[in-house]
Amino acid sequence: MVRLWLHLKQVLLKERFSRFPILPGGIVFIFIFLAIFGESLAPYLPNEMNLRERFLPPFWQEGGTMGHPLGTDMLGRDMLSRIMAGARVSFIVAVLALTLGGLTGTVLGIISGYYGGKVDAILMRSADATLAFPIILLAMLLAIILGPSLQNVVISLGLVLWARYARVIRGEVLGFKERDFIALARVAGSSDFRIMFRHLFPNIRSTLVVLLTLQVGWVIIVEASLSFVGAGIPGPDPVWGSMISKGRDYVTMAWWIPFFPGVAVSVVCLSFNTLGDWLREALDPKLRQVIGGG
Amino acid sequence: MRRYIVIRLLQTVVTLFILSMVIFGLVRLSGDPALLMLPETATEEDYRYMRAQLGLDKPIYVQYGIFITNALRGDFGRSIRTRRPVVESIRETLPNSMKLVGVSLFITIILGFPLGIIAAAKKDTYADTFARVIAGLGQSLPTFWVGLMMIQIFVVLLGVLPASGMGSWRHYLMPSACLGIFVMAGVVRLLRSSMLEVLDSEYIRMARIKGVSERVIVWKHALRNSLLSVLSFGGMYIAIMITGAILIETVFAWPGFGRLAYASIVNQDFPLIQGIVLTSGAVVMVTNLITDILYAYLDPRIRYRL
Amino acid sequence: MSALLEVNGLRTYFFTRWGTVKAVDGVSFSVNEGETFGLVGESGCGKSITCLSILRLVPAPAGRIIGGEILLEGEDLLKKSEKEMRKIRGRKISMILQDPTASLNPVFTIGDQITEVIKIHRGLKGRSLWQSAKEMLEMVRIPSPDIRLRNWPHELSGGMRQRVVGAIALSCEPALLIADEPTTSLDATIQVQFLRLLRELQQQTGLTLIFVTHDFGIVARMCQRAAVMYAGKIVETANVRELFNHPAHPYTQALMKSLPKVEEKVERLASIEGQPPPLHNLPPGCTFAPRCYYAKERCRSEYPPTVEIEKGHAVSCWNFNEFQ
Repeated sequence: MVRLWLHLKQVLLKERFSRFPILPGGIVFIFIFLAIFGESLAPYLPNEMNLRERFLPPFWQEGGTMGHPLGTDMLGRDMLSRIMAGARVSFIVAVLALTLGGLTGTVLGIISGYYGGKVDAILMRSADATLAFPIILLAMLLAIILGPSLQNVVISLGLVLWARYARVIRGEVLGFKERDFIALARVAGSSDFRIMFRHLFPNIRSTLVVLLTLQVGWVIIVEASLSFVGAGIPGPDPVWGSMISKGRDYVTMAWWIPFFPGVAVSVVCLSFNTLGDWLREALDPKLRQVIGGG
Repeated sequence: MRRYIVIRLLQTVVTLFILSMVIFGLVRLSGDPALLMLPETATEEDYRYMRAQLGLDKPIYVQYGIFITNALRGDFGRSIRTRRPVVESIRETLPNSMKLVGVSLFITIILGFPLGIIAAAKKDTYADTFARVIAGLGQSLPTFWVGLMMIQIFVVLLGVLPASGMGSWRHYLMPSACLGIFVMAGVVRLLRSSMLEVLDSEYIRMARIKGVSERVIVWKHALRNSLLSVLSFGGMYIAIMITGAILIETVFAWPGFGRLAYASIVNQDFPLIQGIVLTSGAVVMVTNLITDILYAYLDPRIRYRL
Repeated sequence: MSALLEVNGLRTYFFTRWGTVKAVDGVSFSVNEGETFGLVGESGCGKSITCLSILRLVPAPAGRIIGGEILLEGEDLLKKSEKEMRKIRGRKISMILQDPTASLNPVFTIGDQITEVIKIHRGLKGRSLWQSAKEMLEMVRIPSPDIRLRNWPHELSGGMRQRVVGAIALSCEPALLIADEPTTSLDATIQVQFLRLLRELQQQTGLTLIFVTHDFGIVARMCQRAAVMYAGKIVETANVRELFNHPAHPYTQALMKSLPKVEEKVERLASIEGQPPPLHNLPPGCTFAPRCYYAKERCRSEYPPTVEIEKGHAVSCWNFNEFQ
């Protein structure tokens, strides 16, 4: 872990990192900060209802106050506080899903690429089949059978993520497999396991980091989509996707209720994507070929 | 070539069976499948009947057998809410979705392809930046939220378009725009990166050495190679389309397959979602099969090697 | 003999985030009609970029030709418009690249790829077009040309692919053919066949050939005159016999020394110490000085001028007198 951090610092200080995108980076930082401390910093309790102050518009419109800068929702809850608190759920889902899917995918990708043959064929076919299946349906299925919950969402997301990681990592491994240092390790008598994790893995690290960053945005949007259709994370804590969903009925008279949570999702997602693109560019422009499209 | 088709067909069938087993297993996981299949108002008698129907007292492979034979006959049970056979609901709504998807695909191709191609051909110019911004936005903005905001603007504020349902050509505008742009983002990126890779290759350089004009190089020599690699992602795009369709049909109350899925969640209608998942699985896999075969046919390296 | 191609002071730089790469830095040479001219050097010395510069196909936007002139039959190619250049490419000047597999578009048939260039430059259509393509395949000694026209690139062997590339390059009877390491990725026996073919074609058509290679053996076999390149500059130019018998530049000498000769028994293969300098961070003075046995103070601060030692033999070195 420490080594990773030192490596990161060393890499960051190099010249080509001079074009660090400050705005997206800042937003990402704020997002993570809010996810951890949001609830204590928010002006109101996110679930604090005040039926006398329902449907207050944002402060710049008539009827709005600075006390509730982004307005209040149908139950009089402060929008700003809810959005700040909502960062937490999104963050947790992202961390869990990426850990689960990323870890599984990376391991399987390394194994698949290294061993090749039947193992590779089966794993890649499964990955393709998984990728081709709309996960939203799987999540919906799980939501009905087992009831909507955080773990269902994480599982569904993890299932799709493993496939993506496995494919990309496998590609990278294939590229490295024929290199001399691997052959040398084998001649020296290293076990397969050792080769995979001590020799191959460090070379894949940068691809992994880029992929992780790029996927956060995707995870957040998918989680929001799931919550929107009711297959996501249930209350009572604020969830951006559900806020949009519940605000739907009131969009004509209180547009800010679904509007601001959507802005939050978009902004965070855009920032992570921009950051990921910059990272990919900075770490190795050649990576574009590997992770490039879609 | 024929052998390849047969192998792929078999693979598709096997994968479909695996999907059905996964669903079957998940249902058994929930505890009481019979309870899942019945509405809350069911009586003790209904419950016993359902248990018998599903064969819950019989060994598991018999249960699966029942499940599969029913599925193959097109019997996915009855919707809890409407009490109509699930198959019927699917049969009614699927064409509507296909129409929407069709129009959206049209938009995606008409807008997305040229954007991706030009972005690569004119890399690092304004056109390229424009395409990348659009693609970036398309992937970062939640499509259902964009749809909601579009309703707010075009229906409430401007009053030019209908809010929901399917009727005139006007009804198609917003939903297909939303769905089209959602998918388009991915296509633009994919095509761009594929074209960039191709344009860097030796045979393109060779074409330039021959004196071929840049336009022919981009639109004939490079594109034909790029399209192949885009095609190989066809299956993934169908999945994205289905996801998008579910979200957009929900927002715009489009009477399609996707909205049916949403309704099934709202009503906790298990037989319905089961049928939907199986049908989607089939659609996706058949699409995959078709794109794979098409790809094998169009790439001379594969066609003449199989 | 008149000079078909004259390159004067060509400078092609690449402008990157990490600095300006001086890939071709003041290169001058001339090629006479009908002769085979060799451009020799290690990988990365700039020979390929020189060739691409002649055709004005330097990878943009990073790469740009920023100076010099390239005279083809007296006309400066650097002053021509892109449209005019396109008429010249494939017609007056043609090029074949190193990897024949990568040079052919995998989704078009051989016939399509040959007829394309004929159609563009000679405007033939229909039967005469295909007849012409067939004749080209015959000229490069490909058997059963009718069948081959319908084949896809992946159906041919490496040697045949390179012949096809040759056919494409020669189909419009260019005056100048640039061959960029065309045999490097071929098997040894195929190499010999291909070189023989090139020589015969040259005799038949009076073709002028620029042969880029790192292999002195090929230079000896194919070329009448040659130029040695190092780090973006030409360090020595001579006719081949002179070059082999009296190499004047230390780099040329070192290269010759590192070639094992059949008659000699060698304990160790000699190699040149050090590495070529990074092209975006060239040392001042002579670029070879850091690795040169004879390097003096002056070598490290001033780049030597090009001096003609004898007729047709030019060298850029301060110390060439020392070892004559």
